[in-house]
Amino acid sequence: MNYRTLLFIPGNNPGMLQSSDILGADGIIIDLEDAVALTEKDAARILVREYLLTFKPEGNYFIRINPLDSPYFYDDLEAIKDLDITGLVLPKASVESMAALEDYLDKNDLDFEVIALIENAMGLETALDIVRASKRIVGLFLGAEDLTLDLGAKRTKESKEIEYARSKIIAAAKAAGIQALDTPFTDTDDLEGLKIDTRNAKDLGMTGKTVISPRHVDIINQVFTPTQKEIDYALRVVEGVKGAKEKGLGAFSLEGKMIDAPIIKRALNVLKTSGDYKEEYDELLE
Amino acid sequence: MVERKLEIKKMATAGSLESNDILIMISKGEGKIDIELESVVEKQFGEDIKKVIHDTLVEEGITDAKVIAKDKGALDFTIRARVRACVKRGVEN
Repeated sequence: MNYRTLLFIPGNNPGMLQSSDILGADGIIIDLEDAVALTEKDAARILVREYLLTFKPEGNYFIRINPLDSPYFYDDLEAIKDLDITGLVLPKASVESMAALEDYLDKNDLDFEVIALIENAMGLETALDIVRASKRIVGLFLGAEDLTLDLGAKRTKESKEIEYARSKIIAAAKAAGIQALDTPFTDTDDLEGLKIDTRNAKDLGMTGKTVISPRHVDIINQVFTPTQKEIDYALRVVEGVKGAKEKGLGAFSLEGKMIDAPIIKRALNVLKTSGDYKEEYDELLE
Repeated sequence: MVERKLEIKKMATAGSLESNDILIMISKGEGKIDIELESVVEKQFGEDIKKVIHDTLVEEGITDAKVIAKDKGALDFTIRARVRACVKRGVEN
């Protein structure tokens, strides 16, 4: 599953939890970390359990647990290990915390997906090692607010200060064949700014974006959804590859352009995002 | 199966007065469960809310408690969660 949008829902907010499945996001991240006051961690765990056990909402639900260096890491895991969720978001991801999480998941025989939240300089510089420390990882997620704090960089709407971080996350994610998930856009009212920021992230190679306001979901989904023209072209590439394979041709041209592996890969990525991908396409790159 | 029985040792609260939430305050009772409810939907659902609170307390092993609940339109899952959190806090030393 390619998540164009992953929407944060505060774990101790009943009103937002109960409407979380109708907000249009590809996935939900129920937050037990920053959105929950230190005095309410216990209550939030109980509320999240009751919500998920009662409603059994359809869709992809992740839970952001507290980091390994907090007193809540294992309490969070114990509280949610029997829930029917898609996966976990590991904050302040490091090789050590990912190994601890994997160890816990192995011991409890849990097949949750894992998304690593990269939000400090060490995490960024060791992103690929973090990926390698997990069998379950499906995405790297850039947390730019904490990262820029750690870097001593000024956080701006133009986001020039996170270009390197974005590219680094994208490269590590692509090297591992997992999703690169962008930092949320924090100005809930600036929808034009959101569009620009999301396009910039997508143009660099991000495959989806995390979201803190339900108002942002539709815009981000649109940006990350391929146009019909892109889908049609990708389907023509796929048909071309099939034809060339049947004829025993290595390379071929389509509409006057040579089609090689990167173009085929790009076409397959478009079809994965649009939902038009078929299992049989797996062999087109062989 | 051994029935679990717990005792409220100190006053505790859980929840909030935000919309869709409920604030639960629990303290030692006088030999039974006594629930005092204030709700925006008391006329329509007052008895149902009290039953959810009562049944959740019993599930948690509490048969002796005084509860004051201020409801702001919480659904059952929220009422159960806030009662459980309150009990957890109230039975701890």
